[in-house]
Amino acid sequence: MTTRLDPTDVVVIGLGGAGGVAVEPLAAAGLKVIGLEAGTRLTSRDFAPDELRNNFRGWPHAAQKANREIPVHRPNAAAPDNTRSAIHPMMNGVGGTTLHYWAQSWRLNPWDFKVVSETTRRYGAGRVPSGSTVEDWPFGLEELEPYYDKVEHALGVSGQAGNVKGSIDPRGNIFEGARERHYPMPPLRGTEFTDLMGRTAGRLGWHPFPGPAAVNSQLYQNRSACLYHGFCNRGGCHVNAKNSTAVSTIPRAEATGDLAVVTEAHVTRIDVDAEGRAAGVQYLKGGETYIQPAAVVLLAGYTYENTRLLLLSTSAAYPRGLANNRGQVGRHYFTHNQGGGVLALFPHRLNRWYGLPAQGVAVDDWADDNFDHSGLDFIGGGNLWVYSDQRPIAAASMPTFGRAPRWGSQWKSFVSENADRWVNSYLQKTTLPYEDNYLDLHPMVKDPLGDPVVRITADHKDNEKRVAAFVQDKMEQWFLEAGAVATLRQPVGTMGVSTHAYGGTRMGDDPETNVVDRWGFCHEVPNLGVLGASVMGTSGAHNPTLTAQALAWRTAERLVASWRTIAG
Amino acid sequence: MLRRSAALGAVAAVPPAVLAQAARAAPYVNLSAAEAATLEAIVARLIPADSNGPGALEAGAARYIDGALGDALAAQRPAYAAGLAALEAYARAHAGGSFAALAPERQDELLTELEQNRATGFTPSAAAFFELVLGHTLEGTFGDPHYGGNQDFVGWELIGYPGLRLAVTAEQQGMAAALEPLHSSAYDHAQFDAHATAGERHDD
Repeated sequence: MTTRLDPTDVVVIGLGGAGGVAVEPLAAAGLKVIGLEAGTRLTSRDFAPDELRNNFRGWPHAAQKANREIPVHRPNAAAPDNTRSAIHPMMNGVGGTTLHYWAQSWRLNPWDFKVVSETTRRYGAGRVPSGSTVEDWPFGLEELEPYYDKVEHALGVSGQAGNVKGSIDPRGNIFEGARERHYPMPPLRGTEFTDLMGRTAGRLGWHPFPGPAAVNSQLYQNRSACLYHGFCNRGGCHVNAKNSTAVSTIPRAEATGDLAVVTEAHVTRIDVDAEGRAAGVQYLKGGETYIQPAAVVLLAGYTYENTRLLLLSTSAAYPRGLANNRGQVGRHYFTHNQGGGVLALFPHRLNRWYGLPAQGVAVDDWADDNFDHSGLDFIGGGNLWVYSDQRPIAAASMPTFGRAPRWGSQWKSFVSENADRWVNSYLQKTTLPYEDNYLDLHPMVKDPLGDPVVRITADHKDNEKRVAAFVQDKMEQWFLEAGAVATLRQPVGTMGVSTHAYGGTRMGDDPETNVVDRWGFCHEVPNLGVLGASVMGTSGAHNPTLTAQALAWRTAERLVASWRTIAG
Repeated sequence: MLRRSAALGAVAAVPPAVLAQAARAAPYVNLSAAEAATLEAIVARLIPADSNGPGALEAGAARYIDGALGDALAAQRPAYAAGLAALEAYARAHAGGSFAALAPERQDELLTELEQNRATGFTPSAAAFFELVLGHTLEGTFGDPHYGGNQDFVGWELIGYPGLRLAVTAEQQGMAAALEPLHSSAYDHAQFDAHATAGERHDD
């Protein structure tokens, strides 16, 4: 039984971090928007401070659509598949993963938009790693700045500006690009420990500052300030102080009457008409199939699903998948180089039991091109981040730094003394796209509907490994200067399923190497837009969400401004 | 048992014999009596009761695992059946008796052989089974007591976790802050709904 619904202006596939932002400017402009979300609505009652459930059992993202289509990873085309992970790190739900993410809301730095041209200008030709497909973005930071600003204020971001209209403020990130105005809220408070780390960085001649977060440092839009209870990491907020799209942009869009949200809607295909234009989408809900015609389709799933849905949507006009006649869908994939942290053991309590991953101190001195790479054998760098976030199971699962066995009485004595004396760091590093890192459909593994899941073929290359080692050196130096008695370097990890996955539908002016144009609409299918980090061609050294959201707002505004041209 | 009881008596508010008796009186739901005896013996060595207080057995880690094998960890039930049987067979073949009946020092030696993947007869490997049980023992000792482990909050007491606080002040985040231990489950707070859980361990 298939039901053909009445046509609408815009259908948005996925109401997470990106789609959930785009609906606000669309609905505010009076367009009739239907938001199709695979998950359900969750409330603060669902967000219990329960480490076992949130961090170990994957709730609330367990038993979700995403978990039925987890990509399979292999490091290269000659290697066997790695064991498939059991839980997708992203979740379905109105608000998507912004419900339980760390909420670090960074702008990219100016260099991130111009990796090729700036590297060549400063260091000459030949410094961009061979095999990399990296391109300059089609525009610089200044083009995106107004949209960063809109999103920071629409969602609510706390932070300390470091560069307002070119005026540098050393309390913030002195390396950030110019912003028009301050954050809408002051930064989250530090803790005695993160303050200690900040003073230590200053002693090293570095430039520490509190990181930006989509978490209220004070009452904002009538939502509570953060209460620092310690279960923000993969947990929702019990007082709605975390500014997910579920409590900010989506409710405002619904209040206009022009956004209709359909939950538990599993989109299976994007349809095209005889001219090869997007005609609407097919979705399953409650065992029934629905066809939702629309003048414009905005694909706003996570990176993996954006590529998958395009590749699954084959037709006479697009035999290799929608918008893929040039074979670019799935290309230029990379995950953020997030692995390879550094752990440290201190000789005193740190009291990291409370707080949140976004409550911390950052150093950007070793990120991007903020330092001279003349004598180095890599480009890019990493952001150093130390924060207050610890819970009991994870604390007891601590490494023993070679000082105790992993179980038994000696171990028990060790953890009773040291469970609150160790700390991790979060080192986000430049990652580049490469010719042989890509996404496609798995030839064998399918979801329960019989559709193939995504296959990830990707690995870190020399540049990423050298960046990781360099940044770990800096992090060890920082911890030891602060009084740590031992440090431990973690491995870089794989390029498998990640919370920071980029590419597959890259944005750029050249249709031969990019899926979407500078506005986010497909070169081949002008009334099909793509939202999310899948359009980003570089990662920078900072969390992707705010950039994906700024791009989503910009694409939505472009649609409103050029409605007749785009909608036909 | 005497040694354990004597050590426990110095630190536990509830007499350890009573605790242990209560833990043992509760029926196992998913594991057989023989499986439960082996699992209890394992967790009692992974986190033993000693001069630092009660251990995983007293925390109810074995009963936590038993309960979880019926829901959230149901997919691991076959691994437990195979692993516990393999350990029992290995103990009888190499230590001359049932694992649970061996002296603690001998149990530790066998567990070390599992950890180092030197023990034979396990599928896929002895080390994989060891890591499986160790991870779940940590969950059952330090997780929310809603799931049947961390009884009397012995896990949180061991590592000095001061407990759930739904609002935390700047002073309470000081490195030397004196924080009264609060003993509550998330679901003792009426503002939260407990949900059935499903899925696998995911710790990144």
